[in-house]
Parts: sequence; structure tokens; C-alpha cells
Amino acid sequence: MADAKKEFWRWPESRWTNPEIDWKKGKYITAGIDVGSVSTQGVIMVDGELYCYGNMRTGSSSPDSAINVFNKATEGTGLTLKDIHFTVGTGYGRVNVPFGNRAITEIACHARGANWMYGPAVKTVLDMGGQDCKAIKIDDKGKVVAFLMNDKCAAGTGRGMEVFADLLGVPIEDVGDMSLNVGEEPPPVNSTCVIFAKSEAASLLRAGWPKEKVLAAYCSAMAHRVLSLLEKVNVEKEFAITGGIAKNRGVVKRLTKELGIEACETRWHNKAYADKGFPFDTQIAGAIGAALFGKALAEKGSK
Amino acid sequence: MITAGIDSGAKNVKAVIVKDAKVIGKAMVPAGLDTRGAADQAYDEALKAAGVGRKDVQKVFATGVGRKGCEFAQDEVTDVSAAAKGIRFVMPNARTVIDVGAEEGRAIRINQEGYVVDFAINEKCAAGAGTFVEAMARALETEVEKMADLYDRSTKEIEMNAQCAVFAESELVSLVHSQTAKPDIARAVLDAVGERIISIMRRIGIEKDVAAIGGLALNGGFIKAVEKEMNIKLIVPQDPQFVSAIGAAIAAAE
Repeated sequence: MADAKKEFWRWPESRWTNPEIDWKKGKYITAGIDVGSVSTQGVIMVDGELYCYGNMRTGSSSPDSAINVFNKATEGTGLTLKDIHFTVGTGYGRVNVPFGNRAITEIACHARGANWMYGPAVKTVLDMGGQDCKAIKIDDKGKVVAFLMNDKCAAGTGRGMEVFADLLGVPIEDVGDMSLNVGEEPPPVNSTCVIFAKSEAASLLRAGWPKEKVLAAYCSAMAHRVLSLLEKVNVEKEFAITGGIAKNRGVVKRLTKELGIEACETRWHNKAYADKGFPFDTQIAGAIGAALFGKALAEKGSK
Repeated sequence: MITAGIDSGAKNVKAVIVKDAKVIGKAMVPAGLDTRGAADQAYDEALKAAGVGRKDVQKVFATGVGRKGCEFAQDEVTDVSAAAKGIRFVMPNARTVIDVGAEEGRAIRINQEGYVVDFAINEKCAAGAGTFVEAMARALETEVEKMADLYDRSTKEIEMNAQCAVFAESELVSLVHSQTAKPDIARAVLDAVGERIISIMRRIGIEKDVAAIGGLALNGGFIKAVEKEMNIKLIVPQDPQFVSAIGAAIAAAE
């Protein structure tokens, strides 16, 4: 079986450059580097406008991942590290960004980034990351008011979903849509623990369940799991989701249905960005927030 | 009087035949996909070992997570009371019991008369159950049975940050990549499970003697990890994985 060797969990890495900006004319060029436990993003902003970004898998070393993502983000732009006025590191490996001028927690950065991407009406942000999940209440400036997080358990995280994609042999980016392709919604898997859920899923498959149905049961369990986190912070509209799982419609749809609150559409609040069809990647919210903090700090001259 | 106890666990089915307060036969078979078939097979093998037939057995009680699937049993007992009855039979001085199986970890406190005073269970999370050790052994490219030997060869205490088995697996891989010695990693794994079980035990209060049963009690490294952390001596009965099945057979005789 050629399929056996395929890594189904491996999501596509990406990069993008804003064709309308000439960075050489910029006054403040700032970088936000979000080194997460599973993925790393780098965002470069020119005077507070999105110029380019890169999104990659985190390697075994945080400093290398930070450098790699900077190179990926700036590919073909001619930008080098010495052109950057201020770099803010965030995420799990934020203190290990070799060219970072400041480290800021990912909670603050995701809040700031979500506010900028989705707009000032956002009051609750759910960041579904690779190895943790956070529910953050924010004000209209994107400042953190309160938050709760689960970073102890893989249930409800991207890593848990990767494990499942691999088990079922379904490419991770197809999981959400496939899980919605069921006639009747099955009950969620009973097990909270990903390890136990794996054996539960294996017996469901043996019992003749199609993959779609098993995925539906898992997506539904994951939605249920993060719901409790959201309820504890008292979720309010507008409600936005960031991180990799925001791309999984199977989880998002089930979550918002149970919650009774629609999630913001994954579209730029900035009308010009939306109209021009700039890519909206929910994984870069933290790095965007970091680059925005970088701009504020550069203006203050705190380097 | 001859009775039988069947403990249908997440991973293995154990069967024990007891005659006049003496174990006369026992058998263990993997639960596999067909729990019912496995229970039948374990029962027949235990009967064969005891040299008796099904018709000689007055009563059969079942326990364990798969106890409902044990059709030939007349009644069932909960895991907690089976463990308590079993430990009272094999180690009457035990007041606290830790019972760690493949998918559950429990701590039970019993009084002098053998009644359950209090208990706590973790059944939600693989950290703190045998499955955790298995997953880590796989990631270390070794076998569960060899973990205890690796534990003994460890020269350095290292700590694992992750609690979750999924995260611990990634952490373990980075430890291997950073050239950490395999015995030291094995020890960190068993120390981690030990800590989880200790925290369950602390919830109910600890009274001596403390006994360990269930499959993980066979792992000397795990026993040492708990003993060292708690500064107590654990008593481990012979065949600790059969204690709950014995308890079910005792319950059937009552």
C-alpha cells in the first residue's frame, strides 16, 4: 500500500506577499514571529499593513524554526533581517527567537491579531492551536480582559486532530468537510482522551462505520470539549476563531450550533483586503498581533 | 464449594476458579475484539487448569469494564468491590490499594473488615494508566516488559513536562533526538505514571499497608517510582493482575 507511508496529518505550508506594497518606502517595518508547538508563523508588516507572511511546521529547534519562517515569509521580497525595525516573538517558543527584540505572550498577540483581522466588534476569541486551546475575552481595542486555557490535554487541540487524520488515513485539510458528509449526526465519541478515542474509533471502524461517520463523532466530541471552556469565560458576540482548527468546518459548525452563537466569517474586517481577496489565514493571527505590537514599540523607539 | 470470577478488562480477560477459599485454576487471554469469546476462552482455560468442568462450578461472577459481555455469569460486581474483596483475600493487612489497569487507575481504601471506605478513579485520561506506558514504550522502540529493566539502569533523573500521552509522545521523541539516554527516559515515563497514581491516592488518604494490583503492578520500575516518591513500601501480591478476578470469585461464594 503506497498510502501507508503518506503523512495525512501534514498540512500544506504556505506564504504570501502583498503585491501593492513596496517595503523600501516603508517607515516602520516590523516582524511578528509566532513559534508554536506545532506550527510557526512569520508576518511582516510595513507601517501596520500586511506585507507578507509564512506559515510552516515547527521543527525540533525553536531558533531554527523562527529563522526558517522569516526566510519563508520574505522569500522573493529582497527583505533581510537588518531591514526589520522591530521584531516581536510570541507563542510557546517566543523567548527563543534569535532576532527578537521583545517577547509577548500568545494570548495578548492572538487577541490583538483577532481584533485586527476580524474587527473591533469581536468580544470573544477562541484560539485553537496545535497543543493548546484558549478562550479569550477582549475589548474593542483587542486588549485581553480575561482568558482560560487548556494546555494539559490533547483533546480539543490540533495535535489531537492530526492523530485522528493519521489513524483514518484522511488528509487533515479534508477532515472537516468529510465529517459533514453524513446523513445523520452520530453521537460524539465517549472518550475524552485522544488515546482512548483512538481505540474507540478503531472499534467503530471495525463495526462497519464509514470514515465520515467516525470523523463526525470525533469532530463533535472536540466541539463539545472546547464548548465547556467557552462557557466558563462567558462567551459573547462577536465570536471569532483563530488557529488551525478554525479551518475545520466540521468542528466549527458543530461548535457554533451547540453554542447558539455564529462565529465570524473568516473574512478581513479591512474592506480593501477583503475586496482584493487577500488570503485570510486564521493561523497567522498571533503573528499579526506580534507585528502590530512591534509597530507600536518601534514608534515609541523602545528598541 | 467451587466458584469462578471473570475480570473482563480493557486489554485482557482474567478468569479464576476458587474452591473452598483456595485458588485452584486461573487463565488470562487478550480481550481483543471479541470480548465475549475471550471471556469464554479464559473461563474454559481456567477450568482446565483447575481440572473441573462448568457443571462443577456453583456460581460465576463477572467484573471489569466488559463484565456485561460475560453471558455465563450469574451476577456482576463493580471493579472497586472486586478489587477490595480480592485484596482482602490475598493481603488482609492492606488498607490502601492502587489498581492500575490498561485504561483505568484507581485507589481504594478499605477498613479492617474489608469494606470499601473511599475510592477515586481516573478513567478519562491515559496518563495514569497502563496504556500510557505502552504508548511510550512504543515510541522508545522497546517493550513494556523491558521498561523496568531500563528504569534500573537509569543514572539521571529527568522530568517530563507533558502530562497528556499525546504530548508526551512528542516530548519523548525530542528527548531521543537530543541524545537523552533511553534508561533515563524510561524512568521519566514511569515516574510520570507514578505521580498520576499518587495524586489519585492522595485524594482518598493513605493508610498502610499499601498494596498495588493490576497489570502495571508487574512493572518493578513503576513500583519503585511510587515507593521513592511516597517514601513508603508497596506490597505486591503474586499475580497482581488476577486479584480482581479472585475478588469476583470470592463474591460469588458469599
